[in-house]
Formats: sequence, C-alpha cells, structure tokens
Amino acid sequence: MNNFNYIQVANDTDAIEELTSNKEGQFIAGGTNLIDLWKYNLTHPGTVIDISGLKGCNTINEDENGGLLLGALATNADTAYHPLVEKYYPLLSKAILAGASAQIRNSATNGGNLLQRTRCYYFYDASSPCNKRNPGSGCPAIEGQNRMHAILGFSDRCIAVFPSDMCVALAALEAVVNVKGPNGKRAIPFAEFHRLPGERPELDNNLDAHEIITNISLPEEGFEENYSYLKLRDKNSYAFALVSVATGLKLNGGNIDSIRIALGGVAHMPWRVPEAETYLRGKEATEENFSAAAAILMRDAKGFGHNDFKIELAKRAIVRNCLMALDPKSQRPGAQPSL
Amino acid sequence: MTNDTIHFKPHSTQFIVNGKEVVLQFLPWVSLLDALRDHCKLTGTKKGCDHGQCGACTIIFDGKRILSCLSLAIMKTGCSITTIEGIAIGDDLHPLQTAFIAHDAFQRGYCTPGQICSGIAMLQEGKASTREEVKELMSGNLCRCGANNNIIDALMEVKEKQDYE
Repeated sequence: MNNFNYIQVANDTDAIEELTSNKEGQFIAGGTNLIDLWKYNLTHPGTVIDISGLKGCNTINEDENGGLLLGALATNADTAYHPLVEKYYPLLSKAILAGASAQIRNSATNGGNLLQRTRCYYFYDASSPCNKRNPGSGCPAIEGQNRMHAILGFSDRCIAVFPSDMCVALAALEAVVNVKGPNGKRAIPFAEFHRLPGERPELDNNLDAHEIITNISLPEEGFEENYSYLKLRDKNSYAFALVSVATGLKLNGGNIDSIRIALGGVAHMPWRVPEAETYLRGKEATEENFSAAAAILMRDAKGFGHNDFKIELAKRAIVRNCLMALDPKSQRPGAQPSL
Repeated sequence: MTNDTIHFKPHSTQFIVNGKEVVLQFLPWVSLLDALRDHCKLTGTKKGCDHGQCGACTIIFDGKRILSCLSLAIMKTGCSITTIEGIAIGDDLHPLQTAFIAHDAFQRGYCTPGQICSGIAMLQEGKASTREEVKELMSGNLCRCGANNNIIDALMEVKEKQDYE
C-alpha cells in the first residue's frame, strides 16, 4: 500500500482540472472499490481527489424527455429505493439490490458502480501476472482457475468479466452515460460505454483519461409491467454473479411486442445480442421461443474448462428469467430464481 | 511509517462519535475503522477482513450502516457516527442486544458488534417485511460460528415487537 495525498473538489470543472494536473490522481466517491484495490496493492494513487461533495451530482430527477436522470454520486441504495426508480424502473431497482451488501450499497455510488474493476482472482492477486493490471505480463486465467470467467467476447489476452449487476439492467434499459471532460460534454450510449478486452484489456471502458461521469439518463421505457432480474452465484446472496440476466418486455396479447435481454457475469461488459431480441418480436411468450432466443445469445459462447458449465447455465437462466418476467410478482429477494 | 510520511499532510477531522465530538488529525489513508479503534480507542468495532467482505466493521453513519474499513476517516468530517459502544444507554441494553442474548445469537462474538449495528439500521430502514427479506438484507454480515439462524431469530423478534427506534 502506498501513501497518498488528498484534495477535495466542489464542482466538476475543478475535478477535471485536478485530474488533468495530478498525474497519479484518482477520483474517490464511495471508495468501496478504490480503497479495497489500494489495500491489495493493485492501484497506487498519488493523490486521491474527493468528488463526494460535488454539487448537483447526487440527485435523481425526472428529465424533459420523460425519463430519469440518475446522479453519478447518488448511492446505489438511494437509487434502488427511490420512489421513481421503484415505480418506473423496477428492473434497475432489483438489479442494484442483487449486488454487493446493504452496507456497500449505502456507500457505493452510481458512477463508481460503472467504473468498478473485475473480480478476476488473478487481477486481484498482485503477485500474479495479469494483462489487465500489468499489460503484456500474461493471463493465467486462460489455463488456470477460470470458474467465474468469460464465455463471450473474451480475447487471448483477457477472459475477465465485468462484475456489476446494476449495469446489466442499465444495458437492458439502454441508458446513456453523460460525461464531462477537458473538451466538454458527451453522451455515451450504454452499449458503447464498456468495452471488450481485445488487445487492450487494461481498459475497462471508453471513458477518456480525464473525463468524469456526471449522470446517467434512463429513457422513458422502463418495462415496469414485465421485467425480471435473475442472478445465479455460489452463495444465495453477497456473491458476484456466475450468470445474471436482465429481461424487460412488452406484451401485446400473448405475443411479445418488444424485449430486451442483457447478461452479466459472462463477458468483459454487459452482453446483448440484438438478433435474439429481434427473433422474439411478434412471437408468443413461450418457453420454446425463449429457448431459441437463448441459443442465439449463446451461439458464440466458449468455455475455458472450469467455466464450461456457464454456457448451459446461461441458456437456462435466460429462459427462466424471461418466464419470470411474465409474472414479476414471483420474484424473490436478492434476484433468486422464483419458487 | 517511512520517512516518506513527512511529505503527506494530516487533515483535521471532526466528527460526532456516540454523541461526543471528536477532533483529530488523520493522514489521508487512515480508514474510519482504524480511526475509531486506534485513535478514538473504541475497539468494539472489529477488524475482520478489512476488505469489505465480512461486515464486522459495520457502523451507523448519519443513520445508515456502512463499512468503516472501506471509508477514509478524513472524508467523514462533520458526520455523526454510532458504534457498538453507543448502542446501549448506560447499563440499559438495546432491545436487539437483549434479543441476541435471549436467542444465543453468537458464540465467539467477533461479528456481533457489526451484526447489531447492521441489524438496528436494517430494522430502521424498514425495507424487510419477511424473514427471507431480513436474511437477504443481512447478508453483508458473516458469522463464521454459524449463529446465523439465531441472529435472524433475534432480529425477527425485535422487528415484530417494533422495538428498535
């Protein structure tokens, strides 16, 4: 663990300026991931820039397009339990509450949730090689312990998965990440925010080096009638997903008018396959049709030994979760399978 | 600490701990947990994993339960903190403490301060109505002695009596 300096900033302009001028500067808000990474000697901030008091970034408000703006500094708990989120975006609420623990959700912020690092065992072990932590050093997971690792979108340099639950729901809801940097503001569609490892596994997302997330926009469509989040893991609660599924759908009679299916725990970013969703459009909401869509979603899946089971697990989880979305009341606390 | 420390500036930090004002100087990297245990001499809050995995260090911060091991002390200036030492009023135990004894909700006791702080805040949050929901919302507190069922029994008793303000 290294020693570091600390400064507090009051607005996003100062935050960007401090991040630009401090070569080893890192933002801290909730701190639940950064402090842990620092204690494991995986990150070495020279200066910790405290953005927790940034003005106007911890609120949740309706926007002019009929959607919702989630402040980057609103906590995960305040977001999940916000009356407008519970009412219009229950999928997001369920996904957030399936992640971490109540204590961590009280500290962790929305921006930090998007920027959390992988929990790959090798990434978290400072004595192991890891292309994400130390580019070019190798990836021991590919031929090592890879029970939790990716089955989709991996590269020969990295098979880590992105651990967030909240982001799986945000992918399904097609949220937009609003960021600000030295060159001004930009809005990043959720599907373009995180990235696949490719040749540069050290980069988790497409945020530029000196940009800050200010808020997250939720579009008007929240799938509040038919939604479900299912999370499968080695413990019933307080564990990262082996596979998770977010489904939001709209029905027209017994037929599917539109559907979104996003997967967690399977890739370096929340995973969607538009073709599977298009396939289901206009079809009956049956187990058979959901199975066919699951096969499309898993078409390119490949295991690395210990995680081979995830392919079949994901297929079944997709079908189960789509069926659960037809009856959201059947859902249980912690995004467990319905009884 | 190495000589490098001289380059780093301690920050004056003021918070209310169990109703008493504390003003101390902390270096930036001192966790709230170490601040409470080593500087305030309040060793009731336990250091289990020190990585946010066990919940032993749970304290109540401005009414919310958080992990003191994943918090920097200097970031909590101006806040109000309740630790296990501030739960009873004199010799009068909090109803949850009494229920823990009645239900034999601990063996070793190392997780107990965190369980009790977490449990009181969980009850005050009011988000759990069933036993299953209580279990889910207490999953951030591990008990390696396996007293979990008794802990949930204690929580359910206090919850049903609505005896947790």
